[in-house]
Amino acid sequence: MSLLEITDLRAGYGRIEVLHGITLRVEPHALCAIVGANGAGKTTLLLAISRLLDARAGTIRFDGRDVTRAPSHAIVRAGLSHVPEGRRILPAMSVEENLLVAAALRKDLDARTEITALYDRFPILDTRRRLAAGSLSGGEQQMLAIARALVVRPKLLVLDEPSMGLAPKLVAQIFDIVASERARGTSILLVEQNARKALALADYAYVMERGTIALEGTGADLAGRPEIAAAYLGDGDRSRLG
Amino acid sequence: MLAQQLANGLFLGAVYALFAIGYTLVFGVLDILNLAHAAIFMATAFAAIALVGAGLPLALAIAIAVVFAGLLGIALDRVAFAPLRARNAGTLVPLISSIGVAIAIGGVARGLFGPGEHRFPSGTLGPLGEGRIHLGALAFSGLDIVILGVALALMGTLAYVMRATSLGRAIRAVAEDRVAAALLGLDLERTIALTFFIASALGGAAGILIGLQYDSVSLEMGSRIELKGLAIVILGGMGSITGAVIGAFILGAVEVLSVAYITSSYRDAVAFGVMFAILVLRPSGLLGKRALRTA
Repeated sequence: MSLLEITDLRAGYGRIEVLHGITLRVEPHALCAIVGANGAGKTTLLLAISRLLDARAGTIRFDGRDVTRAPSHAIVRAGLSHVPEGRRILPAMSVEENLLVAAALRKDLDARTEITALYDRFPILDTRRRLAAGSLSGGEQQMLAIARALVVRPKLLVLDEPSMGLAPKLVAQIFDIVASERARGTSILLVEQNARKALALADYAYVMERGTIALEGTGADLAGRPEIAAAYLGDGDRSRLG
Repeated sequence: MLAQQLANGLFLGAVYALFAIGYTLVFGVLDILNLAHAAIFMATAFAAIALVGAGLPLALAIAIAVVFAGLLGIALDRVAFAPLRARNAGTLVPLISSIGVAIAIGGVARGLFGPGEHRFPSGTLGPLGEGRIHLGALAFSGLDIVILGVALALMGTLAYVMRATSLGRAIRAVAEDRVAAALLGLDLERTIALTFFIASALGGAAGILIGLQYDSVSLEMGSRIELKGLAIVILGGMGSITGAVIGAFILGAVEVLSVAYITSSYRDAVAFGVMFAILVLRPSGLLGKRALRTA
């Protein structure tokens, strides 16, 4: 059984429909990537999955339950942690408070133990723990956003453009974190502008185009297709990497 | 003389602070002005009088009335704000609907208690009402001390809750970024309801304390403090709890001093004049909105 199962999902803003019937699955313990140009509807899809946007039609099943109409906090409680586009750390609160806010969800876990374990994995956050999160660099903020999602030990980690706006060295670091989290058995749904890196890491991937799924296949399969190479992996043409 | 006046300003400021915190909490979390806050302030004072009248001891009556105020705040949110929030109605429409609730609460209070000044039954205060406590050249009534103590204890509790508890962190997270808070699994509606409970309970407590201080509770007591409360939160910086407390003590001190050294008829004119002058120097208030979030 798939961990996340989306069937014919339609959603949008106001009168504009952005998602025109999306069907996709994320298998347990696998990394699933979604690539596609800017405006293809990738972020909208993730917002609909996290229930920050209503589905107009179709169903979303997570971990065996229909969550199409569930409130957003129930989705998180069910084990889906979403690191949104732009990170959305809480800038005026300290690094540690950001983690504590997230950790409060899991009353069955000891927040202190979980946060200490994350500090071991992300030592830079440990050294910054008392600082306002807004004072961190972009890469540190992204690390905090990911740590904040992991502190509740999610079944599915959803990442929206985690490498956006980061220097190449930091991008590599973020991808290392994603790979190590997958190695720990967490399922991952990764939306990424860096299609080459995303496909290299993905067990399975979807290509979105104008609110529909245009192509799907294993990461290696898609990375090898000439039309993908031309549209999304082209070197030196930033506008088409989106 | 000056010390005595400043001490009196402290008592007044503490109660103003309790009241004004209610505006700033709700504004910090929802970006809306809750114009039913003063009505809850008034209704809670009446509730306390009714409970004391029914024979309850004062402390118990205050406790029950304050919980009543908090529940009234939750009801206010469900009626006036939640339906509009679900429709993304912006900030102006909720302002109007909160005025509607204020009118409704005022109507019910008028029907139940009638116009005019109402007093706590004689003997309510017990030994607190008698004699004065001398501290060097300063003299206070026992009631003054109790009012100041209750107000400071409530503010201290609030500061602790906001800083060191998961509820306080949740409120600050929702104030800072509602989308981020939802993605972290916070139940927004529950957090907002608890914010209204706290804001209204503090406002209600202020109503009771003012009622005891002046030994007078009336339908108009809400409108008398409403503008002062709003001026305080603007002075302190919208959304800032610390700013509201500082603003309240400034207003309390200026009011008391202007009565003592100028004349009581200019009390409000002087108080608002000083606030105006401060706002000219610091247009966004003493502390910005961020202060609620860092608490």
